[in-house]
Amino acid sequence: MNALELRGVVKSYAGAPPVYALAGVDLAIGHGEMVAVVGPSGSGKSTMLNMMGTLDRPTEGSVLVDGLDTTDLDDDALTAVRGRRIGFVFQRFFLLAGVTTVDNVANGLLYTGRPLAERRAAAVRTLERVGLGHRLTHRPNELSGGETQRVAVARALVHEPAVLLADEPTGNLDSQSTAAVMGLFHELHAAGTTIVVITHDLTMAERLPRRVRVLDGRIEADSAVAG
Amino acid sequence: MTAVVDPAATNRSSTSADKSRLRPSDVIRVAVGGLRARKLRAALSVLGISIGIASLVGVLGLSESSKSDLLDQLDVLGTNLLTVTPGEGFGVGDSTLPDTAVVMVRRLPTVEAVTAVAELSSGVYRNDLIPETETGALTVLAAESGLLDTLGGSMAQGRSLDAHADDYPVAVLGSVAAERLGIEDLGQPQLVYVGSRPVEVVGVMVPLPLAEDINRSVVVPRAAADAYLQDDLETTSMYLRTTEGAVLATRDILPATVDPQNPEEVEVTRPSDVLEAQAAAEGAFTSLFLGLGLVALVVGGIGIANVMVMGVIERRGEIGLRRSIGATRRHIRLQFLTESLVLGVIGGVLGVSLGAAVTAGYSAVEGWRIIVPLAAVVGGFVAAVAIGAVAGLYPAVRASRLAPN
Ligand SMILES: Nc1ncnc2c1ncn2[C@@H]1O[C@H](COP(=O)(O)OP(=O)(O)OP(=O)(O)O)[C@@H](O)[C@H]1O
Ligand SMILES: [Mg+2]
Repeated sequence: MNALELRGVVKSYAGAPPVYALAGVDLAIGHGEMVAVVGPSGSGKSTMLNMMGTLDRPTEGSVLVDGLDTTDLDDDALTAVRGRRIGFVFQRFFLLAGVTTVDNVANGLLYTGRPLAERRAAAVRTLERVGLGHRLTHRPNELSGGETQRVAVARALVHEPAVLLADEPTGNLDSQSTAAVMGLFHELHAAGTTIVVITHDLTMAERLPRRVRVLDGRIEADSAVAG
Repeated sequence: MTAVVDPAATNRSSTSADKSRLRPSDVIRVAVGGLRARKLRAALSVLGISIGIASLVGVLGLSESSKSDLLDQLDVLGTNLLTVTPGEGFGVGDSTLPDTAVVMVRRLPTVEAVTAVAELSSGVYRNDLIPETETGALTVLAAESGLLDTLGGSMAQGRSLDAHADDYPVAVLGSVAAERLGIEDLGQPQLVYVGSRPVEVVGVMVPLPLAEDINRSVVVPRAAADAYLQDDLETTSMYLRTTEGAVLATRDILPATVDPQNPEEVEVTRPSDVLEAQAAAEGAFTSLFLGLGLVALVVGGIGIANVMVMGVIERRGEIGLRRSIGATRRHIRLQFLTESLVLGVIGGVLGVSLGAAVTAGYSAVEGWRIIVPLAAVVGGFVAAVAIGAVAGLYPAVRASRLAPN
């Protein structure tokens, strides 16, 4: 059973002519894999990641999470799958300004209905895990770029998802911060988390076990398939 | 490739236990946090709505306060004063009442007091050099000494007429007459000229809201006037008080009582009707301002909706993030709706307070009793919250439908 699977996924946007962000994608990612997604701008990488994370529904085809077909799930059930199984990291960190590191990370558990004290305790543990145990009460404007993104990663990890999806997580970072974030991803990978990272950084992609290349809404190359 | 055993995968079937939930306390926390991140905008839309609510509460409060002032005044003056005058108009009577009128009216069991008044043909002047035609629109009335009591009036200065003492012409001035004649202080003996005859002023009355005619008159004792000023005095009007509750009945039988031959030539009026009409007119005026307040409120509501809609577009990323951490569409809707409701609640509280403060301040300046109607307070607050809800509905639905990114 795969952690994530796309079967004949098409995503089109109405218009004349319609835009095919994804034009038929088949892709299976096993538990514990670490995959880089590369491709030119506008090729459909973000769209594909959103499909994998059930943030958006395909026009055609189906998305399976842990072998479960999500096509017929209603929004509540879909959100439950997403909330339980998947963590997201975005290029723009979306941390709440004026809110402490701990509370930003604790927000990752906001929609679990757990009490605030419990959420904060879990946030502290996760922050220690990503090496930010000394930045608990800082606010976003008091953190470096790399630290900010690690807070965003901690927020994605606080509910201990099996799958981590990252859309250009280092796009805004300098090389040192990039290294810190990628080091963290490698550690998570080593601990068994399934990770998919979109990146423009080809040297970084080269260091990942598997690379998928997207072009015009299709998978143009997949290192796992090509060899 | 090797599949790592994932412990979380084993309890995949327990969907309901893992359903997204948002605690009520967190609903408020999230909404307030969202507003605090956009303080200026939140403040501006609160301002819009609170101005609308304040104007509604203020208008209602001020109209109640001013009306209560008029009604208080009526309470003091009484609504049982009637005036009887000869009907005016073409071919009607000779502008006097029959000699028997006072006696007849006094016999009515529902009449408590009656005072007849006779208008003199001569004008009144400050000195004997002023031409006869320049009367200053003042009249000279000869009255019995009960006039002041019947009218419920009192003296601003000096004394009132005394039937026994005043067998020689002296004058009591109405408030307007005193002003026009330039008589301010009775500390010095003051004279006015009735026709060409000097008459001593012994008193000035306070303004009588129910008898404007008297305010513009110089009143002299009837017997003295008859003897010294004009010998053919005829009653030109009567003021009378009825017993409480018999005002209308008395009013109906007065014309036939005063002039049995020509009852249609007798006009009976109730001066307090004017004050009551004034109170009613204030009510009509209120509706106008109430309308304006409603417009302000609608504009405030549109302001909130505008801020919320702009927020939705701007906060796409935040919405996507919340969806990614497990917020359902319902949670997103709830968040936006709550934000807008909080704006409504704050706007309502501020608006009601502001409206009450304006009412209190203005009433204090005018010397009115301060009345802020409970209905205005509750209604204003409910309206603000309702507007928050309505204004937030569309943006909330839009936010929840938004695709991520
Ligand atoms: N809501 C939308 N409506 C219409 N077209 C869209 C929409 N979202 C994405 N697209 C189009 O779909 C295509 C794929 O977009 P996507 O964001 O997946 O690209 P990407 O590979 O992530 O690009 P980048 O590297 O710049 O982030 C683009 O051509 C884009 O214009
Ligand atoms: Mg993208």
